[in-house]
Amino acid sequence: MKKMLTALTWIGLIMSSAIAMASDSAGVIKDPAESWKHLWMEVMIDLYIMGGIFGALAIYWLIKYRAKSPDAVGKGPKLTRSQRWAWAIVPCVLFLADDLYLGASGWSAWNVYRNVPENAMEVKVTGRMWNWEFEYEDGTTSSYDVDGDEGEKGDGLVVPVGTPVVLRMTSEDVVHSFGITEYRVKEDLMPGRITYIWFYPKKEAESWVTCTEFCGANHSRMYAPIKAVPAAKYQEWIAKRAKEEAEG
Amino acid sequence: MSKKSEKFNLSEWIFTTDHKRIGVMYLIGSIAAFSVAGVMAILIRIEQSSLGPTLAADAMTAGQQYNQWLYFHGAAMILAFLIPGLTGFAANYFLPLMIGAADVAFPRINALSVWLFWAGIIVALLGFVIPDAPDIMWTGYPPYSILTGGNTAFYVFTVHLLGFASILGAVNFLVTVIYMRAPGMGWNQLNMFVWSTVTAFVIQLVFVPVLAAAVTMLLFDKYLGTHFFDPSAGGDVLLYQNLFWFYSHPAVYVILLPALGILYEVVATFSKNRIFNYKAAVYGGMWGVVLISGEVWVHHLYVSGMPDWIRIGQMISTLLISLPVGLLAISLFGTLYKGAITFELPMKYAVSCLFLFLIGGLTGIPLAITALDLHLSDTSFIHAHFHYIMGIFATFSVFAAVYYWFPKMTGKMYNDKWGTIGFWLNFIGVNVTFMPLFKIGVDGMPRRYWNYEMFPQFETWHYIAMLGALLVASGMIITILNWIMSAMNGKKSVDNPWKSKSLEWTHTVNPPGPGNFLKDVKVADDWTPYDYGK
Repeated sequence: MKKMLTALTWIGLIMSSAIAMASDSAGVIKDPAESWKHLWMEVMIDLYIMGGIFGALAIYWLIKYRAKSPDAVGKGPKLTRSQRWAWAIVPCVLFLADDLYLGASGWSAWNVYRNVPENAMEVKVTGRMWNWEFEYEDGTTSSYDVDGDEGEKGDGLVVPVGTPVVLRMTSEDVVHSFGITEYRVKEDLMPGRITYIWFYPKKEAESWVTCTEFCGANHSRMYAPIKAVPAAKYQEWIAKRAKEEAEG
Repeated sequence: MSKKSEKFNLSEWIFTTDHKRIGVMYLIGSIAAFSVAGVMAILIRIEQSSLGPTLAADAMTAGQQYNQWLYFHGAAMILAFLIPGLTGFAANYFLPLMIGAADVAFPRINALSVWLFWAGIIVALLGFVIPDAPDIMWTGYPPYSILTGGNTAFYVFTVHLLGFASILGAVNFLVTVIYMRAPGMGWNQLNMFVWSTVTAFVIQLVFVPVLAAAVTMLLFDKYLGTHFFDPSAGGDVLLYQNLFWFYSHPAVYVILLPALGILYEVVATFSKNRIFNYKAAVYGGMWGVVLISGEVWVHHLYVSGMPDWIRIGQMISTLLISLPVGLLAISLFGTLYKGAITFELPMKYAVSCLFLFLIGGLTGIPLAITALDLHLSDTSFIHAHFHYIMGIFATFSVFAAVYYWFPKMTGKMYNDKWGTIGFWLNFIGVNVTFMPLFKIGVDGMPRRYWNYEMFPQFETWHYIAMLGALLVASGMIITILNWIMSAMNGKKSVDNPWKSKSLEWTHTVNPPGPGNFLKDVKVADDWTPYDYGK
């Protein structure tokens, strides 16, 4: 009986992670932002259930067990040895199962985040106090600086819809971080290291890149627009940028 | 009780080796730090309440002063209020009383601790009035902390002084608990607060030296030309972050555990109940937290470009924290079960802490998951999360402690009416302040941003958060004034107003004199601090 229970426990624990892992399917490009939203919903349901149980019990007990007289004392149970162990092990197994399930779901999502699709377009990102520079595969650059010369801030990061984009990032001075809420990605930029993230712009969108690692007085003004535009428009833009650069 | 006739003598306080007076000095110092850092919090909220610069003429000034406020708020709240408030004040005053000891094992070292602590507070406060005030956040990441014109040395010396105070305190209290328990008092008869302090000090003893090393290297890099963190000369930026969080994540348990310990005392007393599953909470819960605390620091570096295997590995270890914390939660909530609950002021704070604990604890779960953190990291979501669990939860537990032991420390009763008004202002205020920050955090509001002109949709939420902060400010002023006024003019309290069974209430007067107990304390084999059922 004991052996069977142990075996069942292990099977349950392994299954819970296996279920989470099995929902992977091959072939299509998986989008980090979608994995993020899916996982977020799962975790939120988990939190509301757990919070609901503890919160409801606490409120119920706080009302039910109000002292009837000033001299009343509590009658909390004195647990026997086996009850003590049961009240430790059973919750631990439940929490462990939940942890492994969330851990496995989190790992699956993480794999999406770290496996860059082969056809991804590469952009080099350089952060410095306090502006961003982007270099495309053909050497064309774009930048954004809130305090740019004569109000010339720059175009920011422009990407074509339908192509995954991988960013190879580094910093020239201090630690910065490159975060895009729209695509649910973020990674630090450091001097002496190159880090990467990738995202998948599926539709036209305009949003913001923000520096999310504290970098000094203008930290909160170190942002840049990111525009996902139709492929044709992107080609037009990059040709214009290349021409501007050639003209100096 | 004969104290009344004695005159106040400053040098007696300064040179005291009495753990109770040292505890009170810790309380005064940490509340002073709390008040100044609280003013910074209000300034931060006001600055963010409207889109452009609110408290400055131009963007550059706004950024600089905002960063200095943030630095001071974070560093002072954590290093000079929460840790000393819990392990300095509460442990000093009540731990020896709870184990029936006349004082701590090394009273003079204890005095040295509190002097170092006060020196740390003074250096921290000076850091704010010097022209090159530090602006490096409480984390002090290089290379910025090395390149900045701000005075990083003040940060380093503050950490050194408070760190030494902590290490000495840790040795002192561990020895005290091991050797100075009253005859007959076994390990399973200790108060939960005593256990929580023991586990917190074990963490301090193991991990504080790592932080001291990290900030010392920072000092060398900035002022002596070394290159520990400079990649252009063979150093590594991430080394600092790893060392820093190797201490600073366990540090949140140094705050969490004694805060929980206080709640256990308050909840058990006002439920007149035994602790539910004491052994699981102590050996599984508290020691489990100690065991895991050193293997989770990388969750602060999820977006720092660490290798994938360790980001996943520490996602699992971080999630596993839910096991010991779950046991503690079950035990703490379970102590209400079949209790005889009354809602005096300390219990109001304790009950509100149960809910803050739930919100703060559960919102940690998405942050533990690496993929989710790739969006949530450094947004207001994280900022709201740790304010719930580490900031407000721990602060409210300190307040519960002050009210709970107010008669013990002063021999007088606090003013219940003003205390209750303060409580409701505080509790409503913190929720009005931080709930909106969860929402805009998920929507992408970055942390440490005074400027959010690209996200005008967040302005209303920031405005609401500021209103909440003003409620808290009024609540805090009322609360602290209430302590001062009641300590001076409060009504005389009976010796054991809560009918607690714990030694500090049953075996000595209010406030205890030198030596604590009128005669030596002995406890029976079946005594516990919680046997209300008898």
